[in-house]
Amino acid sequence: MMGSRELVLARVRAALADVPRDEAPEDFPVDRDYLDAHATGSPAEVADLLADNLADYRAVVHRCSAAELPGLLARLLAEHRSGDVAVPPALPGDWLADSEGVRVLTDDGSLTASRLDRVDSVVTACAVAVAETGTIVLDAKPDQGRRLLSLVPDHHICVVRPEQVVASVAQALRRLDPSRPLTWISGPSATSDIELDRVEGVHGPRTLEAVLLAD
Amino acid sequence: MTAVHLGMPAFPSFPEAAEAATTDAQLRRNLRNATHTIRDKRARAVAELSDWAGLRAAAAAIKNRTLRHLDHYLLQLEEAVTKAGGRVHWAIDAADANRIVAELVKATGETHVVKVKSMATQEIGLNEALAAEGITAYETDLAELIVQLGDDRPSHILVPAIHRNRSEIREIFVRAMGRWGRAAPDGLTDRPADLAEAARLHLREKFLSAKVAVSGANFMVAETGTLVVVESEGNGRMCLTLPETLISVVGIEKIVPTWQDLEVYLQLLPRSSTAERMNPYTSTWTGTAEGDGPREFHLVLLDNGRTGALADQVGRQALRCIRCSACLNVCPVYERAGGHAYGSAYPGPIGAILTPQLRGITSALDASLPYASSLCGACYEVCPVAIDIPEVLVHLRERVAETGKGHPAERTAMRAARWVLEDPARLARAQRLATRARRFRPRHLPGPAAAWTDTREVPRIPEESFRDWWRRTQGGGPRAGGGPAGKGGR
Repeated sequence: MMGSRELVLARVRAALADVPRDEAPEDFPVDRDYLDAHATGSPAEVADLLADNLADYRAVVHRCSAAELPGLLARLLAEHRSGDVAVPPALPGDWLADSEGVRVLTDDGSLTASRLDRVDSVVTACAVAVAETGTIVLDAKPDQGRRLLSLVPDHHICVVRPEQVVASVAQALRRLDPSRPLTWISGPSATSDIELDRVEGVHGPRTLEAVLLAD
Repeated sequence: MTAVHLGMPAFPSFPEAAEAATTDAQLRRNLRNATHTIRDKRARAVAELSDWAGLRAAAAAIKNRTLRHLDHYLLQLEEAVTKAGGRVHWAIDAADANRIVAELVKATGETHVVKVKSMATQEIGLNEALAAEGITAYETDLAELIVQLGDDRPSHILVPAIHRNRSEIREIFVRAMGRWGRAAPDGLTDRPADLAEAARLHLREKFLSAKVAVSGANFMVAETGTLVVVESEGNGRMCLTLPETLISVVGIEKIVPTWQDLEVYLQLLPRSSTAERMNPYTSTWTGTAEGDGPREFHLVLLDNGRTGALADQVGRQALRCIRCSACLNVCPVYERAGGHAYGSAYPGPIGAILTPQLRGITSALDASLPYASSLCGACYEVCPVAIDIPEVLVHLRERVAETGKGHPAERTAMRAARWVLEDPARLARAQRLATRARRFRPRHLPGPAAAWTDTREVPRIPEESFRDWWRRTQGGGPRAGGGPAGKGGR
């Protein structure tokens, strides 16, 4: 008796009897008659677009220099009244230097989802940010941490370095490694399930703050 | 061959189910309100991209290439997923898939699973099959939760509870949440934000304790073995990240060949679906990742009638569908009949061509679905992968007529139409004949067509056919011969 694998493949091949036997997949034409990017301005203009689009989907956007970052993060955590903050194993050393009185939990792989559910905030870096869609992509490298880190706490602060900003989805995909687990984030958690109208705040972090660093 | 299961109890036929739905004023108000809200937003989101037509054409071509070489890409995918630490299973039909998933869950020793919204598992009736094996499946998408708590059936691809308004949802939450877990908060209002908050609290304990998750996928990348789930709420991320075992049930047509191909679909899908530049969350994963997320990953590749659709050279294009639901939101028939009338997990225009192809045209219901359309063509206009739904509808009507399930008058008309349409000269003669006989146009049609004209005007026949008008006004122009612009201008 044929197993399901062989049966499915046999049915697929039988269904495709009209396809010439010598046609290779690449022989079938695919015209890519579309733009590689829609935003074609200077890096500063692309960064402005990223800020606009993030804000349009209710992310809170901040912009500062690298030197101002520790002060800004301290202020944001204080404004959120965060007593403890989870961070990935390799968050750059000085980012939380000014956050006095905040307990920092560095994830060494042992933080559980239940523990993270009781953490006030999480601070991470990112891999890429897409200006046209207002999207931040995390690839779970040591400065971003495991996927659950940026998921379970209700308040996520994500820092974007200028060289990580690209204009388009196509440019982002070329920079990303598909073998890594990726999370594309465009604003805080939301739903359109009640009368097809968008409401922010369901299961993911209900507050997303994006910090765009200037050159 | 066993009957293909599409996860919904069968109604006698679309017209009978639709007749009941159209008398439900509340349902019609809810549907009209929701579909009109999203329609305008979608148009604006699409208008932002000047190259939409190019993206749409590429999306159709990539899927066509995939479908024409599906065996090649399935094997490539299987190899890549396996190499990345996943296990691949093949399911010929719903029963096969349900058995595989139930066995995988049992092997973990768990009796509960959390679920990401998935059309494939809806289609195969997985929740019911798992329940029969003593396994409870918790839906975690807000709309699926509303359907599950309300002991209801889904009526829309993207928003399965679209037929419910906010006050009905509040009632369902207050009544049923306590039976499934954490009860609804006291004094719950019908504000959408409060309803979303109630769902967050209700499901959080389930996410934190879940050991097994079941998902579908929007895309599978053959060259890398990567799966993609596109979502909004974060319930998908919870299910894909927190449990120890992840089981994904995915239709064999969900493949795209390369990682680069995602640049097309990740632009088309959110704008067509929720009218967003990008949906809040997209997760991609390739097999298992050391120390991050599930330790075990199973991919169940599902046929369940898809190879039947693949064998039909006209109907095959329905397998390009990326389940955005734009066609539902613009369809005048869907807006009035509602999703339940289609008697399948796939309602609306896409359901009218997908369901009869997956299930076959053996029942009266499935034979009636190709007629659940006025052929206005709005569905084709908005389809991001350019599925010519009217073309497939007409093709399926012919197939229904051939099986003898169609109306006798229609069978005759179909045969006559095919005879006329097959030959351009015959068509031209027929049109000129109709034009000359214009003044004899009856107010009522004779014979079996009389009932149709009881409530409708017989269309006016124009003085001149389009083909004749075209020849008269464009015939001597620079673009004669129908070639592309510029070709004849040198």
